Amino acid sequence: MQEDYRFKIANREALIGVGLVIFNFIWWFAFAYGMGSKDPEEYTYVFGLPDWFFYSCVVGFVVMAVLVTFIVKKFFVEVPFDDEEEEGNENK
Amino acid sequence: MNWEAIIPLIGFLIIIFGVGMYAGKKVQSSNNFLDEYFLGGRSLGGFVLAMTMTATYGSASSFIGGPGTAYTQGLGWVLLAMSQVATGYFVLMILGKKFAIVTRKYKAVTMVDFLRKRYQSKWVVLFSAISIIIFLFSAMAAQWIGGARLIESLTGLSYISALFIFALSVLLYVTIGGFRAVALTDAIQGTVMFIGTLILLIAVIIAGGGISSIIGDLTAENPNLVTPFGSEASLTPAYVSSFWILVGVGVVALPQIAVRSMSYKNSRSMHRALIIGTIVVGFIMLNMHLIGVFARPILPGIDVPDTVMPLIALEVMPAWLAGIVLAAPMAAIMSTVDSLLLLVSSSIVKDVYLNYVQPKASHQRVKWLSIGITAVLGIIVFLMSLNPPELIIWLNLFAFGGLEAAFIWPVVMGLYWKHGNKYGAIASMIVGVGLYILSDFEVFAQPFGMHAVVLPIFVAFFAYVIVSLATKKFVSNQMNLS
Repeated sequence: MQEDYRFKIANREALIGVGLVIFNFIWWFAFAYGMGSKDPEEYTYVFGLPDWFFYSCVVGFVVMAVLVTFIVKKFFVEVPFDDEEEEGNENK
Repeated sequence: MNWEAIIPLIGFLIIIFGVGMYAGKKVQSSNNFLDEYFLGGRSLGGFVLAMTMTATYGSASSFIGGPGTAYTQGLGWVLLAMSQVATGYFVLMILGKKFAIVTRKYKAVTMVDFLRKRYQSKWVVLFSAISIIIFLFSAMAAQWIGGARLIESLTGLSYISALFIFALSVLLYVTIGGFRAVALTDAIQGTVMFIGTLILLIAVIIAGGGISSIIGDLTAENPNLVTPFGSEASLTPAYVSSFWILVGVGVVALPQIAVRSMSYKNSRSMHRALIIGTIVVGFIMLNMHLIGVFARPILPGIDVPDTVMPLIALEVMPAWLAGIVLAAPMAAIMSTVDSLLLLVSSSIVKDVYLNYVQPKASHQRVKWLSIGITAVLGIIVFLMSLNPPELIIWLNLFAFGGLEAAFIWPVVMGLYWKHGNKYGAIASMIVGVGLYILSDFEVFAQPFGMHAVVLPIFVAFFAYVIVSLATKKFVSNQMNLS
């Protein structure tokens, strides 16, 4: 018996989720602690916010929102959820 | 009494009731009561799905407590809160299509339903149902107290009358409308939170004389407030990062979130919810916590962090607008309470009663039992909130982490790893919850400088895998995901 084709799609999309969260974390961590660890007197400011905060939290959020939108629109596949036609397919 | 602030709040509650009534009609006319009452007939669209996820998640803890802590800790706490952006896309992508397809195939209505069909084990079900009932019940009591305190501070009524008003409004529409009512009102509440935090943030920035001047004031008061390390320089990178587990990826395992991942109509609603959810969660978290930080130079010296939000709103805005904006935390608390209430009652009715007490109960009986138990639970929580026992407060602190430690692997690995079996699931739950409870003792409090939830989740993973592999030959009859 062959595997339900929808599960292949689902598995791939779950992996994309893991990849996104790792990217998100690295971005967030690198800017926050990379730029934020120096003495506060040496901070530069963007729109009034300290640079580490601006890049990590504000830009990081915008980047993630754009990335998620792009990936969902481009790579996520629409599949039916109900499966009348799948009856004969119960085992792997 | 502050009528200018109260009237918008009352208006808001009336709208909520209207929605409950409307959804209640659908429940009456539905021919599959369980599916409709607990899942809204699996028909949620993208916008409602995204909002109900956000509102359920952005509960009192983050709405009232979060800005308060940000007020004390500074930008470091906003950084920590931003780990929650991940929930906006991660949960739906991980549980995603597979969970939707499989739960339909199993005809599962709750997360425990899914576990029961997946593992075919009475012990998995009973252990899960008990964890849900205990942990969520305690989480709920704390939310009620928060809701009542908010009404109390806004209206000047006594705590008991405030609690009574809160309890009555929640109970009325949850009992009538079920999941659909909760999800629809979540959509309204999510929208209120979204717009409310934006208006408040702008008002706070104007009152503080612009971002630069606010940040300047903060730096002058204590330079640590503008670093990622918190006001006492005590927030280490390891500790802050571990919140990615607790409030970021671990959220996958919260039953109230998981149940929403089986309620949507089709792939298109899921895709829309992914995009809307990420934007809305990130936006609300960023604004709300920034409000807390920016409030500091404007209103210095607030002792009780929980009161930062109401105080700053009344300070920088006209009373009527503050009333509308404060409907947002009210909304957050109510929506959390509703969904928890529904979950605990579904656990009792579906997972315990229908499985092991009276599997052949009639349609009518199940219906009245569901509504009755929801109401009775509400009354018990009300009584407990009148004079909250110590144990409840202790349990509430542990509720979310405990649920994550119990469920994350049985759910995620149950979906994606075909060799996972009931012994692995039970081992993982016992190890996860057990270790997590041990963390209450000093030795385990913050292993490796991380939040107490990290280690149990890590160890529970190995328990799941090792025990599943070791017992592979004893398990023959479990249902395979086709």
